[in-house]
Amino acid sequence: MNAVTTFRIVAWSAVAVVGGLLIGFSGIFPGVQPLPTSGTVSSTGEAAVGGPFELTTHRGQKFTNADVAGKPYLMFFGFTYCPDICPTTLSELTSLMDELGPDADRFSPLFITVDPERDNQQALAEYMTAFDSRIVALRGTPQQTEAAAKAFKAYYKKVPVDGGGYTMDHTAGVFLMGADGRFIGTMDMDEPRETRIAKLRRLIESKA
Amino acid sequence: MRLNVLTVAAATLAALMVSIPASAQEYTVGTIKIVQPWSRATPPAAPVAGGYITLTNTGTEPDRLVSGSSLISQKFEIHESKVVSGVASMRPVVGGIEIAPGATVMLQSGGTHIMFIKPTKRFVKGERFPVTLTFEKAGSITVDFAIQGRGASAPTENNDGHGAMDQ
Repeated sequence: MNAVTTFRIVAWSAVAVVGGLLIGFSGIFPGVQPLPTSGTVSSTGEAAVGGPFELTTHRGQKFTNADVAGKPYLMFFGFTYCPDICPTTLSELTSLMDELGPDADRFSPLFITVDPERDNQQALAEYMTAFDSRIVALRGTPQQTEAAAKAFKAYYKKVPVDGGGYTMDHTAGVFLMGADGRFIGTMDMDEPRETRIAKLRRLIESKA
Repeated sequence: MRLNVLTVAAATLAALMVSIPASAQEYTVGTIKIVQPWSRATPPAAPVAGGYITLTNTGTEPDRLVSGSSLISQKFEIHESKVVSGVASMRPVVGGIEIAPGATVMLQSGGTHIMFIKPTKRFVKGERFPVTLTFEKAGSITVDFAIQGRGASAPTENNDGHGAMDQ
């Protein structure tokens, strides 16, 4: 494990802990307690990210963690009322998958909306036509969305804005999950393109 | 992490201006210089789109970008995006954006930016749309925003609206 990977895991563990604390104190998930530090980092130093989820695709099909069992996947959280990070991540991913060609068939790219209230299936279906058709947008009920975020130690929160309406805070960054279902690391769209391609190739090569 | 509002000294500004191609769109109203307004192509049914612009105050008094309007969207707002400790957030900016004398303020992707809320049509790469910007002291001016490709994070040199019409 190189220094960068170690750093990223440590950084994301910190994010998970901070996010967990925020979720715990925010009051929006009354049942969720702050994550204990010892529970988020295993003895091998790998963050315990990933777990069961049950959502629905933008094409209306049920999609659970069983659908990616034994296959590498990546996932990130976002919402369509976001003008840059979310659509840019989707379009960067489209471009990276274009470069990888058929190799990109070997992982599942997942986009989970943290705003199922406004991002209904029809809106997502239309939105996703702009991107690589292999990218799957997922939404759930509020409870399913909360469970999915919890599985990935991700944070999101609905924030009201002055004059009505609301916006969503959410964990940024792309989670890379190996074929064995374990968290490999993250990918940041601000990283150099060659770094991102290398990370995706490493993801593809991960073994179940 | 990017700064949300980059206020740079005049010396830095001089260096920046060298890098802006001659074809860049420039406008002046009062003491405010407006460079290269741009936006990004949107996916279908996108409920929002970003607007990006560089503003320079060549005067001796502070001014503010207080509002804007356009037929392209139902609402014009200024929002600040940031990523702190791995969490992305975005908030409306209340009271507009100050441009200090001699300062340059960049409304840019990933930072403080214009939000076109509920666009009335899809933003298509290569097209342009007019937006009226209103400054507290300099008054109002209508400028053209050039729509870049979906993956763009900064205006390209070929910002003349004659790019590929593929989206």
